[in-house]
Amino acid sequence: MDFRFDIIAHYIPVLLRGTAFTIGVSIVSIILGSVLGLGIGFGKMAPKAYFRWPFHCYINFFRGTPLYVQILIVHFGVIPAFYGSTNVLMTSFVALSLNSAAYSAEIFRAGIQSIDPGQREAAVSLGMTQFQAMRFIILPQAVKRMVPAFGNEFIVLVKDSSLLALIAAPEIMYWSNTMKGQYLRIWEPYLTAALIYFILTYSLSKLLNYIERKV
Amino acid sequence: MEPMISVRHLHKSFGTHKVLTDISVDIHIREVVVVIGPSGSGKSTFLRCLNLLEQPQEGDIIIEGTSLMAKTTRINDIRTELGMVFQQFNLFPHKKVIENIMLAPVRVRKWPVGQARQKALELLDKVGLREKADVYPASLSGGQAQRVAIARALAMEPKIMLFDEPTSALDPEMVGEVLAVMKDLAREGMTMVVVTHEMGFAREVGDRVLFMEQGVVVEEGDPEQLFGHPAHERTQAFLSKVL
Ligand SMILES: Nc1ncnc2c1ncn2[C@@H]1O[C@H](COP(=O)(O)OP(=O)(O)OP(=O)(O)O)[C@@H](O)[C@H]1O
Ligand SMILES: [Mg+2]
Repeated sequence: MDFRFDIIAHYIPVLLRGTAFTIGVSIVSIILGSVLGLGIGFGKMAPKAYFRWPFHCYINFFRGTPLYVQILIVHFGVIPAFYGSTNVLMTSFVALSLNSAAYSAEIFRAGIQSIDPGQREAAVSLGMTQFQAMRFIILPQAVKRMVPAFGNEFIVLVKDSSLLALIAAPEIMYWSNTMKGQYLRIWEPYLTAALIYFILTYSLSKLLNYIERKV
Repeated sequence: MEPMISVRHLHKSFGTHKVLTDISVDIHIREVVVVIGPSGSGKSTFLRCLNLLEQPQEGDIIIEGTSLMAKTTRINDIRTELGMVFQQFNLFPHKKVIENIMLAPVRVRKWPVGQARQKALELLDKVGLREKADVYPASLSGGQAQRVAIARALAMEPKIMLFDEPTSALDPEMVGEVLAVMKDLAREGMTMVVVTHEMGFAREVGDRVLFMEQGVVVEEGDPEQLFGHPAHERTQAFLSKVL
């Protein structure tokens, strides 16, 4: 079997642009997802059951259905409803952020609930408000414990962003599909895509190990 | 004289489980009140109601004339007047010893950092741990951790100190150093409510002892009377087991 490096070389510029798209959409989604997730996580810890319920449903919906389906719903349903027409870029950010928010919410909730209740009690008995206790005592300790789970979520997000090829978002998988279509070759496009994802996730996990050691 | 803390007809349940039944107690300024009783009798719950870590269902707690149950009472302000020391210390593990002590004065009392640090160092001197100012709590022994926890509570300059079995989690050889700090405080005139199994401390330092069982105050009196001539059978039975 021959392996044609020349067609890979030919596609390198677009694949690099695809990689940039994948990285960009993953970073934005992990950030938006964790901000949103923090709110949803707190919502799910609310004392009143009826208040928790919508957050509970949100998390269960996004964790319990395939991202594939979520992308299609956002692309053909949600974005047109708000924006008037489909938009690949919007779908990419919105679908991944909403999905990531559900997982982030659970990471925040688990992290916060893993802190000994005595910490909050000590803080409020010194006169701190609930907010100050969260801000100065609970979150700093919880965030440390969340780092591995967030790292994991980020890696999953990078890989799952490949599903955006479905709606022709110009990311890595989309371009390797194009490459396959143009040359009717299997190994070159898909092995190249696999290698790029591997390099991304492997560097990310190294970086995360470093951060874990730091905090 | 008006009591510093007046607890009136306090009732507390967890779900259907009744833990405190009709507790009424007055605590006066400079008084050291020791609460004793078997495990599960509601001693911690009683103490935790005093700074509303637990919300009672009925009755009232009046601290220096302010009702804790009144809707207008700002509970955070009340809590700054009550120092609390826990069995498990509950130091903040991500903060150095001195930061543990300075945090609330800076964030709650809005003291300048310099003033808070000054106060923290004085308190560390008082509990004999100045050289530990810049270490993290994880490197302290249990006795040292509890002394830091006491300093942390004192940094807010509370009018009343609440202790929930402050020596129960300690190795026996460390109990003395913590009790010594508490005795100093009592001598200086701090108003204290102390839940403890240390009967020697209760006798020596307590002005009044409350014996609780199954959520009621069975008997109260000065230590000589309560330990020497307990009036109730249940008090006698308990004391015969622990003394
Ligand atoms: N948060 C809670 N939820 C439900 N039940 C509780 C809670 N806290 C305490 N209880 C129950 O209330 C009762 C009194 O508990 P409390 O901790 O006040 O007793 P205690 O006298 O301090 O005992 P110990 O000497 O073991 O500390 C116990 O039966 C306990 O199981
Ligand atoms: Mg207790």
